[in-house]
Amino acid sequence: MMNYVNVIYDFTGLTGSIHTTLNENFSPITTMLLEMTIVGVVFLLVIALLGLFLVYMERKVAAFFQQRLGPMRVGPWGTAQTTADIVKLVFKEPLRTSNADKFLFELAPYFMMISAVLALGLLPFAKGLQAFDIDIGVFFITAVSSIGVIGILLAGWSSNNKYSLIAALRSGAQVISYELSVGLSVLTVVILCESLQLSEIIAGQQAGWWIFRGHLPVWIAFVIFLIAATAETNRGPFDLAEAESELTAGFHTEYSGIRFAFFFLAEFLNMFILSALGAILFFGGWMPLHIGGFESFNHIMDFIPPIFWFMGKVFFIIFLMMWFRWTFPRLRIDQLLTLEWKYLLPINLVNIVFMAFIVLMGWHL
Amino acid sequence: MNEVLDEKITTQEYFINMGPQHPSTHGVLRLMLTLDGEIVRKVEPHLGYIHRSIEKMCEKDSYQQIVHLTDRMDYLSCHINNEAVCMLVENALEIEIPDRVKVIRTIIDELTRISSHQLWWGVMGMDLGAITTFLYGFRDREIITDIFEKLCGARLTMNYNIPGGLMFDLYPDFQKDVKDFIIHFRKKLPEYDRLLSDNVIFRSRTEGIGYLSKEDAIAFGVTGPAGRASGFSCDVRKKNPYAAYGKVDFNEIVYSEGDCLARYKARITEMWESMKIIEQLIDNIPEGDFQIKTKAVIKLPIGEYYERVETARGELGIFCVSDGSKNAYRFKFRSPGFSNLSALDKMARGSKIADLVAIMSTLDLVIPDIDR
Repeated sequence: MMNYVNVIYDFTGLTGSIHTTLNENFSPITTMLLEMTIVGVVFLLVIALLGLFLVYMERKVAAFFQQRLGPMRVGPWGTAQTTADIVKLVFKEPLRTSNADKFLFELAPYFMMISAVLALGLLPFAKGLQAFDIDIGVFFITAVSSIGVIGILLAGWSSNNKYSLIAALRSGAQVISYELSVGLSVLTVVILCESLQLSEIIAGQQAGWWIFRGHLPVWIAFVIFLIAATAETNRGPFDLAEAESELTAGFHTEYSGIRFAFFFLAEFLNMFILSALGAILFFGGWMPLHIGGFESFNHIMDFIPPIFWFMGKVFFIIFLMMWFRWTFPRLRIDQLLTLEWKYLLPINLVNIVFMAFIVLMGWHL
Repeated sequence: MNEVLDEKITTQEYFINMGPQHPSTHGVLRLMLTLDGEIVRKVEPHLGYIHRSIEKMCEKDSYQQIVHLTDRMDYLSCHINNEAVCMLVENALEIEIPDRVKVIRTIIDELTRISSHQLWWGVMGMDLGAITTFLYGFRDREIITDIFEKLCGARLTMNYNIPGGLMFDLYPDFQKDVKDFIIHFRKKLPEYDRLLSDNVIFRSRTEGIGYLSKEDAIAFGVTGPAGRASGFSCDVRKKNPYAAYGKVDFNEIVYSEGDCLARYKARITEMWESMKIIEQLIDNIPEGDFQIKTKAVIKLPIGEYYERVETARGELGIFCVSDGSKNAYRFKFRSPGFSNLSALDKMARGSKIADLVAIMSTLDLVIPDIDR
């Protein structure tokens, strides 16, 4: 029973057979190109669908927090609203301020998108359903997602707008600071897993998710990760870079049309990536929930496809981030930096030592 | 080494226009900011973007018509503005107003004050980045707006007062509607505290920010909740009771801290006091006329008249010089927002841009009131 379930939800066989079939029929280079095309098309679809769904989700979640209905007119329950918005944005004229640095101005949105798309390729949606599984997976994701800040800096600098410039400076200070916290809380879990490879990290949670087995340090790491991830994606209460009541729209004040849509989409993709990283590190990725001793319960859980498990966990973390945004007021720049450098960073450093001690004593097994 | 660096790396103050189109100036206010990085060095408010020469129009129109201009000034306390003009005319003509009118005017004033503070609360949260408060504020304000719509037919620029009394009598369910609102809002006001007032981030954003001393508040003429938060006891309802304020029991809210949080608390507490006033009066509306007939053409005796009322923002003063004709010779408003805005530079110097937004928000500026 158990084996059967594991086999039908295992994508390793499927992807493997596609690879061998292609290899038999084409030369290795053509095979590689074909595979890249397939993966590319699939990811474009995933990005488009994620973008559509996340924007819709954000608007609905916000609406329910604010005692209103949100989009209701386009399509049933407003489901086609985001599509209509995208169509509008695509057809809108991409304006540019007269003295803007043309090259950098147009380059900035692509930086944002590229960092998001690169990191997306590493996420394991289910067993074997992963574009490339490298042995430094976690490191790669944190490295790549910090490219995004260059996009914000370029956008702020090249717009020839003082509000944008202030936003870029704020964002630079913010993202660089909170990168540390994301990195250190990720490291805490890496000490537990003894691996940087995402598939290994998930496989290590076969016996139970880290959040249940890792004792107090994992909880501390999760809370810090959640705060730092919210800050790194520039979302409220850390949305200082776009702070609409202070800086009109921050770094993307001067962007319109599809370029603005890129910034918008990248924000949501970054949120998805960091939430996915959180789900992988703390909630066992696509691993179903198992409770020791309840065999029949565990069997039922096994029947739910891993992709649903993964998405469910990711959207739970995304919901938490939306909850923050629609509840808290925004922090001030000095409070933001105080929070990171005076509280989160020292706590995190102590937490890592604590975690290492637990691993040394073997209490996590 | 440091001296060499200081010579090579120089910083420079820069200048930025905040407004006339900006999300947190709440209208067409233009602030010329001199900034040093994020730190505000100087704030220079510029007006004139929504000047409609209301004072000049007041010299052209009859006294009955002037009433309808004043609700275009501070559109959030329109009933109170209207009442000020009506009282000026009534006092000049020495008309004795029926008690019924006085009590109804007081109730309407306090409802207006609550609805204004509700909107301010929502917008204050939004300025600090908590957008949800805006919708919560509007949810409760909607009930008052509905009552006003039933009362006088309008939802924004409302007119109910006329020289000599009220335009119409109350509608039959008025007392029930107001009582229902009070029951509803007594439950909902603690929600405001839970959502925003007790939030750690909110506290750190407002506590000790934008300090205004009592001396400065008096010097700049900062009145209303903003002045009282600095310890300047200036409630016209207490100092110079008009309408039915002399008969009701309520407290003047005075804080001594003078920061953004004190101004915030002053308004929240004022909503509780306003509810207290309404509760005392709503069951005791005396019977009688709702209006005293005045002449079709009102002519004030030659002389100078001054009338002041407490709007949701502070003291509104009206100074009128009459030459005995059917139009005023000179009509001058002392709007609370204008004086409150003048203190902005004093309060904001040395703080961050984000603090400037918080300070502006706690001053509760309504631009058409500042720039008439």
